[in-house]
This record gives sequence, C-alpha cells and structure tokens, in this order.
Amino acid sequence: MTDIAATAPAHGHTDHAHDDHDTPGFFVRWFMSTNHKDIGTLYLIFAIVAGIVGGVISGMMRLELAEPGIQYLTGWAQFFDGAAGDVQGKHFWNVMITAHGLIMVFFMVMPAMIGGFGNWFVPLMIGAPDMAFPRMNNVSFWLTFVAFVMLVGSMFVPGGSGLGAGTGWTVYAPLSTSGSAGPAVDMAIFSLHLAGAASILGAINFITTIFNMRAPGMTLHKMPLFVWSVLVTAFLLLLALPVLAAAITMLLTDRNFGTTFYDAAGGGDPVLYQHLFWFFGHPEVYIMILPGFGIVSQIISTFSRKPVFGYLGMAYAMVAIGVVGFIVWAHHMFTVGMSVNLKMYFTAATMVIAVPTGIKIFSWIATMWGGSMSFKTPMVWSLGFIFMFTVGGVTGVVLANGGVDTNLHDTYYVVAHFHYVLSLGAVFSLFAGFYYWFPKMSGRMYNEFLGQLHFWIFFIGVNVLFFPQHFLGQQGMPRRYPDYPEAYAFWHLISSYGYVIMAVGVLIFFVNILWSLVAGKKAADNPWGEGATTLEWTLSSPPPFHQFNELPRIA
Amino acid sequence: MKSLKTLVIAAALSLGAAGAAHAQQALVAAPADAPVAATAANPPSAEAPVAAPATTDAAVPAGDATYVPLKPEAGVGQPIDRGVDFQPQVSPVGEQAYWFNHVILLPVITVISLFVLGLLLWVVFRYRAKANPVPSKTTHNTFIEIIWTAIPVLILAVIAVPSIRLLAQQYEPPSKDALTIKVTGYQWYWGYAYPDQGIGEYVSKMLPKDAAEAAGEPYQLAVDNRMVVPVGRQVKLIITGADVIHSFAVPAFWTKMDAVPGRANETTFTANKVGVYYGQCSELCGVDHGFMPIAVEVLPVDKWEAWVRSKGGNPAGPVVAAAAPTPAAATTEAAPAAAPAAAPVATN
Repeated sequence: MTDIAATAPAHGHTDHAHDDHDTPGFFVRWFMSTNHKDIGTLYLIFAIVAGIVGGVISGMMRLELAEPGIQYLTGWAQFFDGAAGDVQGKHFWNVMITAHGLIMVFFMVMPAMIGGFGNWFVPLMIGAPDMAFPRMNNVSFWLTFVAFVMLVGSMFVPGGSGLGAGTGWTVYAPLSTSGSAGPAVDMAIFSLHLAGAASILGAINFITTIFNMRAPGMTLHKMPLFVWSVLVTAFLLLLALPVLAAAITMLLTDRNFGTTFYDAAGGGDPVLYQHLFWFFGHPEVYIMILPGFGIVSQIISTFSRKPVFGYLGMAYAMVAIGVVGFIVWAHHMFTVGMSVNLKMYFTAATMVIAVPTGIKIFSWIATMWGGSMSFKTPMVWSLGFIFMFTVGGVTGVVLANGGVDTNLHDTYYVVAHFHYVLSLGAVFSLFAGFYYWFPKMSGRMYNEFLGQLHFWIFFIGVNVLFFPQHFLGQQGMPRRYPDYPEAYAFWHLISSYGYVIMAVGVLIFFVNILWSLVAGKKAADNPWGEGATTLEWTLSSPPPFHQFNELPRIA
Repeated sequence: MKSLKTLVIAAALSLGAAGAAHAQQALVAAPADAPVAATAANPPSAEAPVAAPATTDAAVPAGDATYVPLKPEAGVGQPIDRGVDFQPQVSPVGEQAYWFNHVILLPVITVISLFVLGLLLWVVFRYRAKANPVPSKTTHNTFIEIIWTAIPVLILAVIAVPSIRLLAQQYEPPSKDALTIKVTGYQWYWGYAYPDQGIGEYVSKMLPKDAAEAAGEPYQLAVDNRMVVPVGRQVKLIITGADVIHSFAVPAFWTKMDAVPGRANETTFTANKVGVYYGQCSELCGVDHGFMPIAVEVLPVDKWEAWVRSKGGNPAGPVVAAAAPTPAAATTEAAPAAAPAAAPVATN
C-alpha cells in the first residue's frame, strides 16, 4: 500500500459533465447494465432485500422457539397450503432453517461483499475504468436474481412432508434424495446451480480485472488490502464452487435418473456427498469473511490515520487462510464415523488456521497502535468486528478438537460459533463497509448519530441473541429443532429477546439510509480526511458514470 | 467424588456376584426358548412402527418382576433449567474431555478474548485523536510479527497434545467383554438389539406429553423402551441408519455417532453411575427430527440381567456357560463363540 492520493490525477470533476450525457435511460441502465458501479448498486439492493427475507425468517424461528411447544408453525404452513396440519407445520420448520441458511449465505452475504462492494470498489481502488467483462458482470447479477426467485419459488411446491425443501442448507443425502419427494428440492438444487454459476463468472471477472487492469504503477504489493481480499476470495470461489456443482448434480441424478452416487444400496455412499459438500463448504466460510477482513483493514487504517501495519503479512495471511481452508473440510463431519487418524489430522490442520487469523487480529490492533483514532460509525463497527470475530474464532478452536466436538457437534454451541463469525463477524464488516462507502456511493453523508445508535443496539442485540446459545449447546440442545424440553426454555427466551433488540437496530439502519438519501448532507470527495489514501477518494462523490478515462499513475 | 464412584461400582459388582447364582438358575430354562421368544416379541424393523411398541410392552411384564424402570434423577443425564455448563459426565472419556475443556480450552480462549478486548480498549483510550493528535508512521516490526506468529503456534501445540490423547482414548478398541448393542436410526425412532443376549430388535419411541409427565420424566426426552446397560461395563454400539442419516447422542457419556445408511459405525462408552441418561437425535432427518429422543438406563448388573430376562434374552449370551463364576467372566468366555451364533439374530 502506498500514498496514492497525492499522485493520482484529479480529473474526476472535469470528466463529470462529459460523462453524464451518455448515461443510458432507466431500463437500459438498470436492466442491461454493464457499469460496475450500477451492477454493484443492484447487488447491494438485492442483498438488502434478501437480507430482509432471511432476517424475517429467523425472526419467525425465534418467535417459535421463544417458549416450549409448537405454537405457530402449523398456522404458517397453512399460509402456503390451506390443508396443512401438524406434520406440514413441522416440515415448514425445516423449510425455514433451509431457506434462512441458503438466503443468508448465497443471497445476502456473498452478493453484498463480492457483488456489491467488490464490484463497486475493486475497479476504483486499482484505477480501472470498469470490470474486465462488463456483460458477464451483468449475467452474474441476473443469474443470482433468478436463483433467488427459484429458491423462494421452491417454498410453494411439494417437498416431501409438506411444501418446500426441508433438507437444511447442507442438503445432505439421503434426506435430500430418497427422503424428499417432489420438485421443491430439485428447485433448490437448481437455485444453487445458478447462484454457483453466477459466482464462478464473477470470480473469473475479478481475477481477470485484478491481474490485467491495474493502473500503471499499481503493483500487486501496492494493491489495497480490500482488493487482495477479493482476489483471494475469487480464487476460492473458482476452485470450490465447481465441486459443489458436481456434488449437487449427482444429487439431481440420484433423485431423478436412478443413479446411486449417494445410495449404499447401489454401491454409493451418503458420506461421499458430505465430503464433496464440505470441500466446497469450508472455503465458502472464508469466501464470506475474507472480503470483510479487507473492508475492516481499509477502515482501521483510514480512521487511525496510519497505513496498515504489516501489509505483506496481512496480504499473505489471507492467502494462507485461503490455502489452508481447502484442507480442513472434514472437521464439519467429525461424528460421521471417520478413522482416528483422519480425525487427528483434521483436528491439527484446523487449528493451524488460527495462526494466520491471529496475525490479522494483532496487525489490526498494531495498525491502531500509535495512530490518531477517530470513532466514526464505520470505525466502531470495525472495532466491534475485531472483538466479536475473536470470540467466534476461539470457540472455533474449541470445536476444532475432534474429541471435544463429539459432544458439541450439531448442538447450539455450533450455531453460536458460526453466528459469531458470520452474524457478528461478516455482518459487522458489511455494515462497516456500508457506512464507510455510503458517502462515496450516494454522494450524501449518513446520519452519524443514527449510525452509532444502530451499532450499539445491534451489538447488544446480537450478543444477547447468540451468547446464551453457547450455554444451550453445552447443555446438549441439538440444532434444527422446532421444539425442546422445558429445561432449555430460559436461554431460548433470552435469545429471542436478543432478536427483538437486534431488529430494532436494523430498523434504525433503514431509517438512516432513507433519511440520508433524502436529506443527508452532501458528501465531499474525501469525507474521511488524510487517512483515506485509496483511489476511490480521489474521485467525486458519487463518482462519474465512467471514471479513469485517463489512467492514474501510482508512484 | 472418585471414592464415591468406586463405592458405587464395588456395590454394583457385589450385587452382580449375588445375582450370578440367580442367573444360573434362569439360564437353564432360558436358552431353549429365548431366541424364539425374542423374535416373536420383536417384529422386524421393516414393520409398521405403530404396531411395535404395543407388542413390546406386552412382552415386558411376562418376563421378570424384578425389573422396574428407573426414575431419572434431576440434573443427571438431562439438561437443567438455566444450565450453562456441560451435563455431568459419567464415563471415563467424558471426564477426560470435560477436564480438557475446562482446564485447558476454556481458560485459554477466555484469556485470549480478554487479552484482545484489553488491547482494543487500551488503543481506543491511548491513541484516540485527542490523546495522540499526530499518528506514528510505523508500518512494520519484524520482531513483533514473529512473536505474534510463534506464540499462537506454541499455544496450539499445548492444546494439541491433550486433544490428540483424548481422540486416541475415544478410539481405543473395545475390550472383549464389551456389551454389544446394535442401534438403528429410523424416521423417527430408534431400534436397539442385543445380539449376544439374544434380544432381537425392539423399538424405542418418544413418550407423548401426558405419558411422560405421568412417568415423572421430561417430555421430549422420555421414551417407551429404553436402551438398558449394566453399570461399569463397556458398551460397544454398532450404529446404522435405515432410511436417512440420524445421529445417536448421549451428552452425559460424551457420545455421538452418526447413523448412516449402508455403514456400520462403531463407538463405545462405559457408564460408571446408575441412572437414566437422555439424548436426542443430532442429525437433521426430516419432520420428526426433534422428536426421536434417546434414553439409556444404567442399572446394577443384577437388575440389568433381570431386564435382559424380561426381554426373553440370556444375560450370559446364547451359548450356555454352565459354570460361570461371575457374569463378566461368563461373557468373556462366551463372547467369541457367541458372536457368530448370534449373527442371525442381529440381522433383522
């Protein structure tokens, strides 16, 4: 990383007038878009809508779990199917856990991080006029959109015991093959195919853009860490998603064409599916968090008015996390009946990931050490991210131990762990990035008070929501249960209260966006001062429709 | 605690020795009709689940009057209201794992989290713009970067040693006199069979709410027919799934193993305390995933033998071991011979 701002030509304003007249009309601009910023905006809007859907589903789940007994499920199932009874109600529970997982992973976090912020800021940060393949970029977005429609549509068609796919987001065979008759699971699988294809195209686009379209002087070792994080993520996508595609294609043929890849009766093995799924699934969790690492690095540096500490270590720690992320997958399957040697290997390999992650945590703190920190909204979200991600990380070290995982596997402890790294990790970094770049994207400042209020309420809410789930897990409460013995009632109720607090925080976020878009102060080109050294801050806010017609030179 | 436990075991063993004499008398009558009775009383697994419990219930009173289902003890083998910790462990592996978590893992992760929190609070306080208006230009320091790479490696190495040891302990091959139970997961109930004792598969289903309350057991954990094992004796579970993947779990034994169709997974546990221990299916298996609990009843040896006879089985195994001094010794001798003999019973 380097001080780019000083040397970049300040041509954004002069080009502005020239660019505006070739802005296409509404339909062409938003439905046939080839502009990375417009596609980024589309992705962000899409992710927010999907996040609302996934968030409402989790609210319904927390409502049902607030007290023992099944109170609402049958009624909700009747909304989709008037004749639904108790069985369909319990099936609807499984549909909700499936939809919540798939939506949050494939249609909220990934589109927001990679499609949204990646599209918006990778070209800006490397001084490129656009992505390498603008039309392919558009295809990626609309495939994701259709995938989402397919998934939502699957909730309206039969899936075995009721409407919708009730297999869990992992779609384990044989529950997803012989265990779920009807087209819902096929639709969900097709939805994953489309989302996967979209992500692969996106990954190809990012890799090509980053390798070929950097401005003169922008060497790999001068790239901002956010670009590094997207580059590593794109490689993970490119290598992991084809494996998922293969795995779920075999699910489809097992379901429809009589193959037996995952059926022991025909010489197959259900555990093969789990190996293939988690070979994709574990890199997937880094796909969801690495861009967040990149965002937080930019923000910590900006608001400490200090360059990132140990830049090379930070970049290569991400590369290391990406590489090691491919050889630890079976820690998701510790209870499947593996040999002791395999379990020992996966225990040891998994713990290794803590080392590069530790390097990142300590480098962020060292970046702030000696800095001159101001605590604007993006910065408080980033500070929250560091601590919450640490908490989620250390429970990951506990779960990494195959012997301890025997007890905790598939309990609420696991639920708490991955929500700490995702709902408090990835989502915190998303909010941080959103507040950080909102002035650049919209040209208006957000409301600082509402932003801080959003942080504190959300922070308290998610901790009240997820921390007690560690207790539930240690007590033995299994995952994916619509009901539970009385003894678990207390912490479940607390957890549901946490959801309500968190939801209030999210409402404040929406109020803030709407208020700021309408009445927010006009944003300066660089509202964050001398700490913001990356190229996007050299452009106007919002940037011109086409930027860098004349490439900036990086000293 | 330790001495109390040895007392319990010793008491159980002496009871077992006393029961042995009783056992021998029963043995004479049992072998001839036991396998027949077992197959008759326990329908093959493919049969409709509705019919199964009724038939098995009918078979129980016909056997032995000395078997009375144990009442669960509050706070043992089940979650407690507002509980935060693991359930009390009653198996050697569970005690080892609990120790590993509480003496090593939990302190380490707590200290790391508080250390990071402390550093964050310190930089927020010390390097806020007001306190430090001019930022430093430091961007790297090789020494400290090596330190914060090397120390986590050392911490992980310290964790890895007991972790690997725990895994090795969990995977120790079962001893020869281990009690073999075949566990089959169905949508949505469990089937248990004791091939060496000649107890064919019987079905274990969740008790409805009123029945559970009437029995003084926790709803959603209580079952109609429990898995019953003798205290202090190693139990070897052969676990499989009949339709989709289920997972057999008993938190108080630190036991969890997936029931995968087409695979016979093996795991062991030794319960060192008499009582009732509950668990729940731990792999999503469809609509009633949340409603197929597991209940393991750990009994003194003589009571367990009474239970075996009440099921029409032979506690010492299907081969008549005429002069067996204690039940444990009888099984040791009988086991190799018994295994092939019992095989036809085991296959449903």
